[in-house]
Amino acid sequence: MDRRDILRRSAAAGLLATPAAGLLAGCATGGGGDSGDTKTYQGTKSAQNPLGVAEDAPLEVVIFNGGFGEDYAKAHEAMYTANHPKAKIQHSATTEISKTLQPRFVDGTPPDVVNNSGAGQIDFNGLVSQNALADLGELLAAPSLDIPGKTVKDTLLPGAVEVGSYDGRFLVMNYTYTVYGIWHSTKLFADRGWEYAKTWDEHIALCKKIKAAGIAPWTYAGKHPRYMSWPVISTAIKFGGTSVATAIDNLEPNAWKSDAMKAAADAWHQIVKDKFILDGTPGLDHVQSQTAWCQGKAAFISCGSWLESEQKSVTPAGFNMTVAPTPSLGGGDKLPFEAVRGTAGEPFMVPAKAKNVAGGLEYFRTMLSKQGAQDFTKKVASLTVVAGATEGVELPYGLTTVVKALEASGANGFNWVYNNYYRKLERNLVDAACGEFFSGRIGPAEFLDQCQKGADSIAADTSIKKYKRSA
Amino acid sequence: MKHGKIPLIVTFLVPPLLLYVVFVVSPYLQAFQISTTDWLGYSAEANPVGLANFRALWHDDYVWNALKNNAILLALVPVFTIAFGLFFATMLSMGGRRGRAGVTGVRGGAFYRTVYFFPQVLSVVIIAALWKEAYHPTSGLLNGILRVVGVSGPAWLGDPDTAFWCVLAVMVWANVGFYVVLFGAAMSAIPREIYEAVLLDGASRWTTLCRITIPLLWDTVQVAWIYLAVAALDGFILVQLMTNGGPNFSSDVIGVRMYDTAFGSETKFGYASAIGVVMFFLTLSVAVLALRVGRRERIELS
Repeated sequence: MDRRDILRRSAAAGLLATPAAGLLAGCATGGGGDSGDTKTYQGTKSAQNPLGVAEDAPLEVVIFNGGFGEDYAKAHEAMYTANHPKAKIQHSATTEISKTLQPRFVDGTPPDVVNNSGAGQIDFNGLVSQNALADLGELLAAPSLDIPGKTVKDTLLPGAVEVGSYDGRFLVMNYTYTVYGIWHSTKLFADRGWEYAKTWDEHIALCKKIKAAGIAPWTYAGKHPRYMSWPVISTAIKFGGTSVATAIDNLEPNAWKSDAMKAAADAWHQIVKDKFILDGTPGLDHVQSQTAWCQGKAAFISCGSWLESEQKSVTPAGFNMTVAPTPSLGGGDKLPFEAVRGTAGEPFMVPAKAKNVAGGLEYFRTMLSKQGAQDFTKKVASLTVVAGATEGVELPYGLTTVVKALEASGANGFNWVYNNYYRKLERNLVDAACGEFFSGRIGPAEFLDQCQKGADSIAADTSIKKYKRSA
Repeated sequence: MKHGKIPLIVTFLVPPLLLYVVFVVSPYLQAFQISTTDWLGYSAEANPVGLANFRALWHDDYVWNALKNNAILLALVPVFTIAFGLFFATMLSMGGRRGRAGVTGVRGGAFYRTVYFFPQVLSVVIIAALWKEAYHPTSGLLNGILRVVGVSGPAWLGDPDTAFWCVLAVMVWANVGFYVVLFGAAMSAIPREIYEAVLLDGASRWTTLCRITIPLLWDTVQVAWIYLAVAALDGFILVQLMTNGGPNFSSDVIGVRMYDTAFGSETKFGYASAIGVVMFFLTLSVAVLALRVGRRERIELS
């Protein structure tokens, strides 16, 4: 007899009144494992079925219905059923991942595949520290579905595994490959005879020219100012080397106040001081600011490579949006101008208590097949973590510039992951600091102080599990 | 007759009581229990930590900041809403007594009453979306008007100095309509003779309002006060949709803090429940206080 049974019986006996507090406690947190329906599906492994999928096992997939929609997932599901005709797939899409799925995690009956993304994303730190995620290591070692002679791991772009790894365990499959940079319209620049600047001094000079032409040089997502933390940190990493990022990720003391971060913050303060930012920007959200940028009211915006598909409906024809790396601070930079932040994004996971873990892994193998990846790129105009999957796919203009930027960056590419380790640090604390900094209410020193204070508060919070990564 | 009574009582009382216990009382009790654990929300495991969550709350600057904003809402929203509500209701039901005997409202009273009620018909989500556009710094209604006058307006929701007050204004705007109708209905229950008598005595409108209308409406005002106070302690939907507590936590309220702790940037359900428990007691004390302070002799109209 377990707690739930006790509760049922006592409720039936009408004893609920006095000891209710203690007994009812069983309801919200006491689920899982006792529902009697704990059947899991596991088939036998073979060369054709390396992950051991049970052929008739149903698979439940929950997709975040955001910028990419859900059609791409339906295509992946069709590919899965083509290989496993007896499997029934239950598909659903939502914009509220955490609210929809939290009770099911507690109850021990989560879906098999979850696309944990969007504003309602579940904090990964919480999931990982509660062992709620299945280890995806087996997937990496399995042979690719349609790239002969390679394991799934061999087909992935560099960095794809690291981003989803916690203490060396690969738990989160990030499907897209996102490049973060500064965006401009080549059409606007060609019309005006401007050229993207490679150093910071030239960038400021260019901003002056743009402002003189009656256009605001910059705008940003005023209500999500963390978008501007990306170019600042990128500038610092290019100036001081990748150890700048490692220190921030590992919550090292005063990581935010390193010389490189100081140099970067000082540099970026210039666009605030010289009023190079579109009036009213702090009151715009990401879509409003991106739309103002598409309408030619501002020349530069900081964003990731999802920008093109997000802005599809409002981008004028021939706008030709182009991504470019952050300008170098000077000759002393450790990384070349071409270095960009590239990282795997759009997280997918298999809950540890899913009934069909093997099916979930197999679904990922389908997504990471060349066919699956190409179909995704075609449907949503975004790169995947599968290397070379863009071959033979006609890409929209912005995405071709992303591919070019990635190629130019090559082995100099860099990334940071503190936003995955500690969601609150980027989403709340650094976000708030960026808002103050870029609206001109605080200077660079206070900005870094506020970021550092946020990082210190995370470091001091014993209820948050800490992760370390090596450079 | 007597033997038919008990089944009747049982059929009518037990189902609602059961529903109330299952959906209201039991979640409350659970929240109390969860608030004493370190539950992270995605597994069935939770360790009891005693009052550690409440100790952490006491030292949490973000929670205090949110509480401060709730306190401002609590102080201002009921006052403004009731003041506007009384003013409009008075104008509608007895504003137009110019040169005439008797007590009538201003011309077109029915029309105004309908218009004032509009925000009440709209869902809060729509109100938030509407005002977000009105506050838009470049293409919004407010700054559009200011531009005509030649002033370049602030960024409203994007400026920590104005964001909170913008939300407060919307909260008052959204509520006034309902209280106009509520006070209007209560006023129509006041016997006309009283007003005619005061009129003959030569009382001004202001005196009529303060000495006659408000005392006779006191019960209704008191109810309004409690409702508004409870609404001010919440404020969650409007704030979350319009600013999500920003910029730099300037418009944060306790409800947003709780939501963010559980579903937003963290998954600390134990800590969030502790915030919820604090909210529960705050709301309860405010309601009790409002009832106590507002207790007055009831005036019998007979």
